[in-house]
Order: sequence, then structure tokens, then C-alpha cells
Amino acid sequence: MEAILGIIIAALLSQNFILVKFYGICPFMGVSKKIDTALGMGMAVTFVMALASAACWVVNEFLLVPLNLGYMQTVAFILVIASIVQVVEMFLKKAVPALYKALGVFLPLITTNCAVLGVVLVNVQEGYNFLISVINGAAGGLGFTLAIVLFASIRARVDKANPPECFQGFPIALITAGLLALAFMGFSGLSIF
Amino acid sequence: MFEIVIAIAILGGLGLIFGLVLSAASKVFYVETDPRLDQLNECLPGANCGGCGYAGCGGYAEAVLKGEAEIGKCNSGGNECAQAMAAIMGIKAEAVTRKVALVRCSGEKTYDKDGNLLTGARVKANYEGFMDCLSATKVGGRGPLSCKYGCLGFGSCTKACKYGAIKVVNGIAKVDEDLCVGCMACAQVCPRGLIVAVEPGRNVVIACNSMAKGAVTTRGCTVGCIGCGLCKRICPNGAITVTNNLAVIDYSKCDNCGLCATVCPKKLIKDSNVENLPDPAVIHSRNNPDAKVK
Repeated sequence: MEAILGIIIAALLSQNFILVKFYGICPFMGVSKKIDTALGMGMAVTFVMALASAACWVVNEFLLVPLNLGYMQTVAFILVIASIVQVVEMFLKKAVPALYKALGVFLPLITTNCAVLGVVLVNVQEGYNFLISVINGAAGGLGFTLAIVLFASIRARVDKANPPECFQGFPIALITAGLLALAFMGFSGLSIF
Repeated sequence: MFEIVIAIAILGGLGLIFGLVLSAASKVFYVETDPRLDQLNECLPGANCGGCGYAGCGGYAEAVLKGEAEIGKCNSGGNECAQAMAAIMGIKAEAVTRKVALVRCSGEKTYDKDGNLLTGARVKANYEGFMDCLSATKVGGRGPLSCKYGCLGFGSCTKACKYGAIKVVNGIAKVDEDLCVGCMACAQVCPRGLIVAVEPGRNVVIACNSMAKGAVTTRGCTVGCIGCGLCKRICPNGAITVTNNLAVIDYSKCDNCGLCATVCPKKLIKDSNVENLPDPAVIHSRNNPDAKVK
């Protein structure tokens, strides 16, 4: 139980996928102009990360490890993630059209989010069991959501400010992201056990 | 050798299984879409300007398909687009004319070499806050201009325009009619409601929004409408009315003759032909050979 709590804290804060490990920067910069789309993207990524953690653990444990195919992990996991995103997309289109529309183009783009592949590879490297893998995936996704929503709300404020012309737009956003990452470095000493 | 075969078999097998699952899922989760939706989408310009009131071209196409929206709301696509959409939906659409934005302010500020105001709105105070028109109107005295109705020139409309069609020149916003798609995003952000939609290429426009009394307008700006009504009296079509000390053209009656521009004492009615056609009678007879000047 304590180990689980430790993993959740690490995935949320001290080992945050975006701001400490620098995975998934592409959607972090691209989908953070508005808070509500950032939240939608975060929730979708959380769902896919948890599901991918489960599926990839099964593939790794019952196919790759017994057959000594560990070196094919990356390729196999990408295959799994891409398929999961496709199925999730089809399912949402049929079952929850409103959410499908709200997420729009971000949904297929989750395939190329390296935070998803990252969490799966971390699960394997750390030798987590099935339950811990799924928890790590979900908590990592929530950490992603936390970071992107924080960043989107700061950007909403920065948009209203009046930075020098050469800093307007992405330059000031990148500096903001850097400062946010610096702030998250403050969690690096955080461990409860 | 054997290892390679196993790797290929496992990954190929995985790919095959996922492929089968996906194709099965696409059957299970198949959502029927109306083929007309794609056709409607193809008619629309795809600029996603939002001028129709929907989130983008896709949203508008869907609303048209459901019968929620009328055809012809797309300013950017114009008549061609409306007719094509009407053909797909099997209904008749009225002719749609293209509209572009017009800033109803002439207070372009020009100064002589000593810094004295020659033409335009007078600046009564320096504003140093957020460089945004709405913020500027919230400070005491309703902004830095003496005119309470004129263009502030902080460029909120410029920021709202996705097409670079509106720029601030000499302190007021100007629309480039060739670039404007008529989405009117600028009109929504203008705190003074200066921007209206007009047909492009209109010769005669009243470019002022001042509803103050004549004396107040004159103190605030050299080119403000004082509501004198000269234009109203000379207009042969009764297209101009003066309400709240401001002349307004009803374009359904206006025939672009340009008479009003010749009599405006403040020279704020713009007519691109006025310099070439000096005699009001000539101008009028050009447009209405049978009518007499009132």
C-alpha cells in the first residue's frame, strides 16, 4: 500500500512526465492555449496511458519475455498503443459523440505522445506487476493533466500581458514552461518513505 | 536464424491480431454519416473563421444538414458557396452578396511639423495600460480620446483578425477589403461597436459613429459627424436618416451616387469617385437618367 502511494506521488509530482522527465512536450505546447481543451487532452491521455499500461504489461509478460524478445519491446508497444488509440477513437465516436467532438484531432494525436510510450517502458524497466503498472499509468496521466492544465492557465494570463514583441507567442510560452519545470524541480526531494 | 523467424512471426502475428480487432471494431462501432455532409464541407471555404456563428466550417455544415442553420451564412464563401450548398440540400437559396468589415471612424490623426493636430480626433490624455481597446475604455474618462465614440487604435480588432485584413494606420483601424473574408470577428471585440458589415466596393460610406451633439463632436474631432442633415436633404433616394446626431445610410435605398459626399461639411462621407465628378447634377444623372435633383 505504501509503495503504491509512493508511486502515485512520484508520477504526479517528483517524477512528473512533462515537467521533470520532459516527455510529451508536443501536446504540452500545442494543446495548452485553452484550459478546457487542455483538460480534455489530459483526461484522454490519462485513459490511454492506463489502458496501454495494462495491455503492454500483458504483451510483455506473456509474449515477449517467454520468447526472449525483450529487444522488440519498443516496436511491439508502439503497435499496441496505436491500436488502443484507434479502438478508443472508434468507441468514443459511437458511444460518446460529444466527447469525441470535444477532443477532435487531439485523440489520434495521442498515438504520437511519447509520454504514453514512456510510461509503458518505465513499467517494464522497473519490473512493476500488473496492478502497479496500471496505477503508474493512470497517475502518470493525471500528472500530465496537472502540468498541462497549470500551464494552460498561466498561458491564458500571459496572453493578456504585454511582453516585448520578440517574446510574444511561443517564446514567452517556452520560458513559462521552463519556469514551471524549475518549480517542479522543487518536488524532486519529495519522498514519503 | 530461428530467433529472427520467431521475432517476425510474433510481431507479424501481433499486427495481424490488432488489425483484425480494429477491423472488427470498425464494424461494431460503425457510425453512419450522411454523404451530403462531406459534400457540404467541400463547398465551404474551410477557413474556420467562425463568422457564421458556428465553431468552424464543419459545425456549420452539420447545422445546415440538420436544418438548424440557414444557407448563406458563410460570408467568406459568398454567393457561389450558398448556391452550391443549396443544390446539395435540394432547396433554393437567395442570392448572397459578399460583405466586408467597415470601421465607422474617420479620425485619422495627422499632425503638422510642430506637433499640432491637423485632422482627426483629439487626444486628451496618454494611456499606458494594457494595449487593448476594451481595457482603455475602462479607465476614467472612457479612454484617451476626446471623442467618446471613435476608434481607439489599440488594435484589438487587428489581434482578432486571422487574415491580417485590419491594421491600425495613423491611430485608427483600416480594413483591407481584398483580404477581409467578412467573418466579423473584429466587430465582436470592438468595445465601441464601430465595425459593421458592408458590401465591398461601396463608394459611399459614412465613417463616423459619434452620437454626441454637434458642438461636443467638433471639440473632440475635426472629422466627426455633427448631424447637420445636409446629406439627408440632398439624397435623392431618401436613403440617409439622421438619428442621435448621426447620419446613417440605408444601403437598400442607396444607389452609390455620391451626392452626399459632395455636401458633407466635415468631409467624412467617403466617395472614391468624388474627385472625378465635381458637379452633383452630373453625378446624379449618371445614376438616374430620368430623375431630377431635389
